[in-house]
Amino acid sequence: MVVAFAIIRRRSLIATAMLSSFFSLLMAGTFVLLDAVDVAFAEAAVGAGITTVLMLSALALTSSVEVQPLKSNWLALVLTIATAGVLFYGVSDLPAFGDAAAPAQRHVAPRYLEMAEFETGIPNVVTSVLASYRGFDTFGELTVVLTAGIGVMLLMTPGVRRRRNQKETDEDAT
Amino acid sequence: MAFLGTYNYWIFITLMMIGLYIVIVRGNLVKKIIGLNIFQSSVFLFFISVGKVSDGTAPIILHDGGEAIYSNPLPHVLILTAIVVAVSTSALALALIVRIHESYGTLQEELIHEAERAP
Repeated sequence: MVVAFAIIRRRSLIATAMLSSFFSLLMAGTFVLLDAVDVAFAEAAVGAGITTVLMLSALALTSSVEVQPLKSNWLALVLTIATAGVLFYGVSDLPAFGDAAAPAQRHVAPRYLEMAEFETGIPNVVTSVLASYRGFDTFGELTVVLTAGIGVMLLMTPGVRRRRNQKETDEDAT
Repeated sequence: MAFLGTYNYWIFITLMMIGLYIVIVRGNLVKKIIGLNIFQSSVFLFFISVGKVSDGTAPIILHDGGEAIYSNPLPHVLILTAIVVAVSTSALALALIVRIHESYGTLQEELIHEAERAP
C-alpha cells in the first residue's frame, strides 16, 4: 500500500515502473502467505517480470517524464471516497477472513480437493482444475492472449506502419 | 471483533481506491495503465483472500497419510487466468500508447485533446 501511494506521487515514469514491479513482487509474497503458490509464481514471473519489461520498453519508445504537475482534484477524491464507502458497506456482511464455513469454501471446492487426484492423476489441485475441469476457461484465456498478440503485432510492425504512412502521403498528393 | 475479522477486505478496498484515483487524476497514459494494474491486483487479492482457510495449506495433495486442511483451489485457478489476461491487455494498451505517442508526440491526456481540437 505504501508503494502504491508512492506511485501516485512519483513523476518520473521509470521510477514508477520500477515501483510497480516492486508492488507486484510484494503481491506475490502475499499470495504465498495466502497459500496460493501457483498464483504467486505467475504474479512474480508475469507481473514483476514481463509487465516491467513491457513498461520499460514502451517508455524507451516514448517520453519518460510526466510533464503535468500533480494538481489535487477534489471531485475525483470525493468520488473515490464515496465508492470506498459503498464498498465498505458491501463487505460488512461478508464472512470473516479464513472462515472454513464460508459459502465459497463449500460449493465445488471440496469435490475438487477430494476427487481431483483420483480423476486426473495430478496431485496439484490447481493444475488439475486449470487444465482439466476448467480447460475451456484456459482455452478462452489463450484466445485472449492470441488476440492481444495479434493486436500488438498489427500496431507495432514497421512494415504495416510504413505502408500506411505512404498511403497517407499518396492521398495528400492527389 | 467481527469488524476486525474482515481486514482483508479493507486492504482490498484501499488498494482498489488508490488504483481508481490514479486512473482518474493522472493525465499521463502510462500512469493510468499502472493505476489499472493496481486496481486489478486488488481484485486478485480479494479473490485469493476469499479462498484462504485458516490453518490451511496450499492445495497440493499430501501423501503422508494425515489429513490436511487445504485452501480453496478454485479462486487460485481463476486468478491465474486473470493474471495472464491482465498482462495481455496491458501489453495491448502499451502498444496503443506507443502509437499515440508517435501521432501526437505526447502522452498527456489534455495535450492530446488540445491537438485533436486544433485544426
